[in-house]
Amino acid sequence: MILQALLFISLLLLPFQVSEKVAIVNSTKNNIDKMVLLPEGKFIPFNLKPQQKFVLIKPFYLDIYAVTNSEFLTFVKANPQWRKSKISKLYCDQNYLKHWKSDLAFGKDSLQLLNSPVTNISWFAANAYCKWKGKRLPTTNEWEYAASADIANRKKNNTISILQIILEWYDKPNPLLTPPIGSTFKNKFGLYDMHGLIWEWVYDFNNYVTGGDSRSNSQVERDLYCGAAAANSSTNKSDYAAFMRYGFRGSLKASYTVSNLGFRCALDK
Amino acid sequence: MKLTRKPSVKAPMGISRLKNLAILSALVYAGCSESTDTKKDANDGKMRGEYTANLTFAPQVPKGGYYNYPEKVIINLEVIEKTMRLADGVDYTFWTFGGKVPGKFIRINEGDEVEFHLSNHPDNKMPHNIDLHAVTGPGGGAAASLTAPGHTSTFSFKALNPGLYVYHCATAPVGMHIANGMYGLILVEPTGGLPKVDKEFYIMQGDFYTKGKFGEAGLQPFDMDKALKEEPDYVLFNGSVGANTGDNALQVKVGETVRLYVGNGGPNLVSSFHVIGEIFDNVYVEGGNLINHNVQTTLIPAGGTAIVEFKCEVPGVLNIVDHSIFRTFNKGALAQIKVSGDKNDLIYSGKQSDVVYQPEGGAVQHIASTEKIPDVVVNRTKQERIQMGENLFYSNCASCHMKDGKGLPGAFPPLAGSDYLKNRKDKGIEIPLKGLSGIVKVNGKEYNGVMPQIQLTDDEIANILTYIHNKWGNSGAEVTSSEVGKYRNGK
Repeated sequence: MILQALLFISLLLLPFQVSEKVAIVNSTKNNIDKMVLLPEGKFIPFNLKPQQKFVLIKPFYLDIYAVTNSEFLTFVKANPQWRKSKISKLYCDQNYLKHWKSDLAFGKDSLQLLNSPVTNISWFAANAYCKWKGKRLPTTNEWEYAASADIANRKKNNTISILQIILEWYDKPNPLLTPPIGSTFKNKFGLYDMHGLIWEWVYDFNNYVTGGDSRSNSQVERDLYCGAAAANSSTNKSDYAAFMRYGFRGSLKASYTVSNLGFRCALDK
Repeated sequence: MKLTRKPSVKAPMGISRLKNLAILSALVYAGCSESTDTKKDANDGKMRGEYTANLTFAPQVPKGGYYNYPEKVIINLEVIEKTMRLADGVDYTFWTFGGKVPGKFIRINEGDEVEFHLSNHPDNKMPHNIDLHAVTGPGGGAAASLTAPGHTSTFSFKALNPGLYVYHCATAPVGMHIANGMYGLILVEPTGGLPKVDKEFYIMQGDFYTKGKFGEAGLQPFDMDKALKEEPDYVLFNGSVGANTGDNALQVKVGETVRLYVGNGGPNLVSSFHVIGEIFDNVYVEGGNLINHNVQTTLIPAGGTAIVEFKCEVPGVLNIVDHSIFRTFNKGALAQIKVSGDKNDLIYSGKQSDVVYQPEGGAVQHIASTEKIPDVVVNRTKQERIQMGENLFYSNCASCHMKDGKGLPGAFPPLAGSDYLKNRKDKGIEIPLKGLSGIVKVNGKEYNGVMPQIQLTDDEIANILTYIHNKWGNSGAEVTSSEVGKYRNGK
């Protein structure tokens, strides 16, 4: 049954494999399926530069859900060079897709893995997938902007801050199998699981944090350490949930894979 | 450190010259390893040998294997994020160096060249690094060791300075990583090693900040707000309430010399470190070369250490505390050393007598003197007694027996479900009335403390006891003020 479903999905996607260029031209309409359009916004990242008051985010599309194992399977079926056994050592580390039994099979936990976000993939693989779909990875600012929205349809007596929810997730150990997409919460932009499920790759993950020591003297580290941005900034000095995301990104290299790191794609309007 | 020992030879009449020379040279060689004169030649900086360090969990300390020359040491340390017991019924997700809090103890020698491998277990959520205070270099190693889950970072350093140093994680937010338990100790022994003692132990203090109060059950998340305010719920030795008390107490025999390697991971509090019933013969102040003597309580800064040494002369239980004392009674800062062996009444006799004290002298004076306010026999309902008893309990008894009546293991017996209390014929009346000392056995555990006499009226004592008997599933008995009065007047 599952194999048939997968076959059906891969058949559907066949026309998009011909060439990247063709994919973009032919499939913009289908591409924005399962994406939301985020409106233009003024966003204040916690590591604001001294002269800025905010960062302007132009409207863009973002996947509602993170990319799943089954979606990634269709990608490697169409692109053998990204399969576990064939991928160049430059683009991954030894743990690439280690939770899959083989190139094209998930193994005994298949059922649970079908709809859970794909992890153990490097930035190179995530980037290639997005390109193949005619999309791209979101930038750090775009991702943080998308993630800053509060929980949608919050009940009146539920006053817990989103910051607290995020911190409590950071504090819990990793579950054995990543839960499926949609299992945490929907935010006011209509996006699911921006927090509480996995870390996510962004296009420019290594732009901001340069040192391994969070107390060293570079611009961002000073902000991390002292929590003090420029006098004009209204950044939330106690947004240490953001500290941790930037810290996590700073520990990565593009070829790294981590068992709780996945991604979703973005698209220009 | 006193290391010089001059060899001496007595030459009795009639011994041959050759034998003299042989004895002399043998003794010179024996004395060599502990003489500071040879330090310069042996430590010529040439590296000899390589080994992988053996690391231990608290309270164990790895054996010293000092040599007079530097070696290459390989250290493999793994970061594991793990949910474990913080207190009975309370769990916490700790971030650990090696799998427990505090992290593993590292023991190397001055001049060693260390190749440090920091691994971050792939099941972990967060990146981590390490700052060892023994390292001379940026971040103490932190800059070179930021590691994503599922990876290992390697860096090398030379241990230039001897001493006892803290190591901890320095990944943003640093305070949170430390508060979750990411600290441990690294000992860099001076060339020639520290003097030998009989027992060595590893103790590390830390403050913990949970969403719930002290003792509140369940998996408690970290509370950043409380950490910023520096208001911990738990202040602990070795990572959990009772980690080294009762059955887990450190074991020493009478006559043995003890050295405690004590660290304070913080993240915030400074420790007033004290061992009740002992005086520190030596304190290596702040883990450095300065040695103080005859010290009762020593300050250990957050992110700092001290080495204390003493000799156990008499048997009994030594309570290790933070003398900022509410941390011990109400937040769990308690560890214990059980000293076993023969008594020595000259050094410590224990209680020798307990007689009635008559301040006015030997003339006939009754306790119920006219100067005292006569105790009115108050008739109250049982419910009244319980209600009034509750407040009196909180202000007079709870600081030791705790609000939940569970007491403090090893120090104050529980009242909740106490078999000892249930079996007392006087319903416990003589305990607050006259005090209680010596060994008592409560719910299978032994306690050997002193409870002072409580200066309250018959009515107040009756109320407290009635409250205790009607709480926590106890017997439900009632104690009246006239009953107390009878015991007070020597029924």
